[in-house]
Amino acid sequence: MKPASPFRELQKGGGRVRVTFDGRTFDLREGGNLAAELLAAGIRSFRKTPVSGAERGPFCMMGACFDCLVVIDGVTRQACMCEVSAGLVIDRPGAEGEGDA
Amino acid sequence: MLDADLIVIGAGPAGMAAARTAADAGLSVLLLDEQQRAGGQIYRDVERVPAERKKILGDDYLKGRALAEALDHPKIRHLTGAVVWQIEDGPRVAFTRDGAAGLARGKRLLIATGALERPMPVSGWTLPGVMTAGAAQILLKQSGLLCERAVLAGSGPLLYLVAAQMCRAGTPPLVLVETQTPADRRAALRHLPKALKAWRVLAKGLGLLAEIRRAGVKRYIGATGIAIHGQDKAEAISFEADGRRHQIACASVLLHHGVVPNTQATRSLSLPHVWSEAQRAFSPERDRWGRTANTDIFVAGDGGGIGGAVAAKLQGEVAALEVACDLEKISHVNRDRAAAPLRKGLAIELAARPFIDRAYPPYAKALAPADSTIICRCEEVTAGDIRRYAGLGCLGPNQTKAFGRPGMGPCQGRYCGLTVTELLAAETGRSQEDTGYYRIRPPLKPVTLGELAVLAETDLKEQEDIS
Amino acid sequence: MDTDYAIIGGGVVGLSVAWGLLKRGLTVTVIDGDDGSFRASRGNFGLVWVQSKGMKQPAYASWSQRSAAAWNTFAAELKEATGFDPELEQKGGYDLHFSDETLAETVAKYEELKEKLGGNYPYEVLGHNELRREEPEIGPKVAGAILHHQDGHANPLKLLKALAGDVRRLGGLVLTGKTVEDVSQKDGFRIHCTDGTIVSAGKTVLSAGLGAAKLGPKLGFRAPIRPQRGQVLITEKLPRIIHRPSLIARQVDEGGIQIGATNEEVGYDDRVTAQGMAGLAAEAVAAYPILARAQLVRSWGALRVLSPDGLPIYQESPDMPGAFLVTCHSGITLAAAHARFLPDWLEKTAGAPDLEVFSETRFALS
Repeated sequence: MKPASPFRELQKGGGRVRVTFDGRTFDLREGGNLAAELLAAGIRSFRKTPVSGAERGPFCMMGACFDCLVVIDGVTRQACMCEVSAGLVIDRPGAEGEGDA
Repeated sequence: MLDADLIVIGAGPAGMAAARTAADAGLSVLLLDEQQRAGGQIYRDVERVPAERKKILGDDYLKGRALAEALDHPKIRHLTGAVVWQIEDGPRVAFTRDGAAGLARGKRLLIATGALERPMPVSGWTLPGVMTAGAAQILLKQSGLLCERAVLAGSGPLLYLVAAQMCRAGTPPLVLVETQTPADRRAALRHLPKALKAWRVLAKGLGLLAEIRRAGVKRYIGATGIAIHGQDKAEAISFEADGRRHQIACASVLLHHGVVPNTQATRSLSLPHVWSEAQRAFSPERDRWGRTANTDIFVAGDGGGIGGAVAAKLQGEVAALEVACDLEKISHVNRDRAAAPLRKGLAIELAARPFIDRAYPPYAKALAPADSTIICRCEEVTAGDIRRYAGLGCLGPNQTKAFGRPGMGPCQGRYCGLTVTELLAAETGRSQEDTGYYRIRPPLKPVTLGELAVLAETDLKEQEDIS
Repeated sequence: MDTDYAIIGGGVVGLSVAWGLLKRGLTVTVIDGDDGSFRASRGNFGLVWVQSKGMKQPAYASWSQRSAAAWNTFAAELKEATGFDPELEQKGGYDLHFSDETLAETVAKYEELKEKLGGNYPYEVLGHNELRREEPEIGPKVAGAILHHQDGHANPLKLLKALAGDVRRLGGLVLTGKTVEDVSQKDGFRIHCTDGTIVSAGKTVLSAGLGAAKLGPKLGFRAPIRPQRGQVLITEKLPRIIHRPSLIARQVDEGGIQIGATNEEVGYDDRVTAQGMAGLAAEAVAAYPILARAQLVRSWGALRVLSPDGLPIYQESPDMPGAFLVTCHSGITLAAAHARFLPDWLEKTAGAPDLEVFSETRFALS
């Protein structure tokens, strides 16, 4: 079930593709901004910080703050600088309990 | 190695206008921008915005469309998704695109990397659900998303613009928590006569306020003691105004107290910067054409001092004329003739700035946050840590960086740099200018070691087409 | 007299010496520079290193070994006093080799040195497979490594912070934002700063890094030191990938992988170059292929403080007795020695270490 989102989408629908985030599947708008689409899908926290483990989500949406970091194909990326494509597998950084000590 | 007469970094209003003006003068232009489409933040996705969003965003936004379309010119090569991570003498620019590193060399370089929102460290500002007002606007422009049950907090014209756009879309903010005071408004009045030259700007502001009022959005003026509450996401904001403490439950908090020049690129080149007391920020020194202390390198737009989108466009054109003159594509006479009306427009455009800057100063408590407030989001360093390091002899931000890691994270100090300067200046009693700023080092944006390693096999002195 | 000792230079070298003197009950004033000064103390790689040092001068190898051995209690004492942990880890370090030939050549040199040191040079040679058992992420191009058990690493910035804190706690006076322009001697020393500040002291130690090149001659030293640029990279914070440090890469306590370092004779230019960064990245990826996907978040260039033979200089001024030059490019490795043993040499006690081979008379013109 889709988590409740505090965002309203002006345009419903659009061509959607299936992606997974943190092991869960979501249907997001193809070509949409990944951070925005994850927010619209109800995801608030994208990661835990490596320093204190605090939850973080998108803050600036313009590639400057690095709070929306996710891992795609083993590489840490800014979600707000990525576009949604079919089959994207997105992980939370430092997942699998391997965050640095 | 890509070669061009002029390399432009940033496809916002300054960069787009400069690229076209330079191309029209006969220069080959390489435009590098990290977004997938031209526009920068102010005109984000302007070329593909759906019709129903246009009314919400307004006419000023749609003006960007002509600038973006003007990039369709045989002398302009626009590389989208190109993330610049180093600038060296040459000028030579290293960037990453589609997972591969690239190099470009230009006879001249124009840095048009715009502005960042002034960091607004308040208790709880790192919680998910707290964003900049600019972020909310980007979500609207690019993705048609509106924050429901949102509170806008801070000060400045962008706060009103975002609020008005939310009202137009039928999703007004719960309240506006404004930090400027009636005393600020009174103090700003002496700048008003001059500002009237820019009557359009002022009229727009009044129009936005009227829209917000009509939508019935409550405004608190002179708010202080702002704190955001929540366990793992923002759930409420509290503040003092009208002589009492308020707490408002909400789903999002949108912060804004002005924008400041994004000086990462110019700092990385160790170019001289000056402190502007009026704008409470550093900007690179440049002459009236936008030329910096490095004669091959220019800065146009908000990255050289906040003036807004129209001023940025005009500055981009002025800088491009000077580059064209440098490279002997136009004469001094033609340069000056073409620049005269642009300068006139700039003067009008900038006339309202002193009024706006004085009427909407930064939120004082965010310039000197409480000890427990995180000021470096990446490394989770608090204001109290900085004050403690000042006590251990740190005079400047590069010393506190070594002592406690503020500015060492991936954002490279973008959202803590000015706060650290302000905190140290207050602690040591020295000026912000003397306190200084981070020495910015490459990469300006992270690059993978794999992408970087490939360059080791390229002879960096040899020219070859890697496009 | 303001103070027993005036220490010119508040980096790791100067603060280590100051800390040692304060511990002996002497009064100390440290005169430090500004935010923008060249500061090797915040640019170094952070190794507490023994192997490969003093290949031509066994006394340097022993001095490094002595310091490495003293580091543990030194770090513990600082942590106890200030709460800042220098994060010392001494479980050995590698010299990685990409060919069997260079590995064999190095082993031959180590054997020679080992003999001169009376056998105190505990190292072992790991072939590729043995190394892989220790470091699973090591790449196929790595032929093997020398694992030296006296090597280790620390967090040099936390060391700097701990020293800055403890020197003050012990009553040391630290003057910041100063530039020393002259030193005169008459009934002790008078240290003149450009802002008019004058510090009078019984003795003075010049530990100003590259600043000593200019100031040294005014105190009667040759101070033949030069800058050598080292560029260093550091990645985002990552899960544990590297277990022991090497000259190529180490994983710091905060999680980032630190990659170093270039050796460039470019004068007083501490910029980072694309070429330098690319070369370092390529070597690191060859050593640990998994790093190809790691994001580089930061880099820096810093200037090593090098003497002509690369060894430290410990020298009392022949013209101004009571003025000492202390300079080296291994301020982290030698921090413990500077804190624990150098005060004896400065105070000329019976327990003073014999540092004659580090005198700058070795650079006398022949």
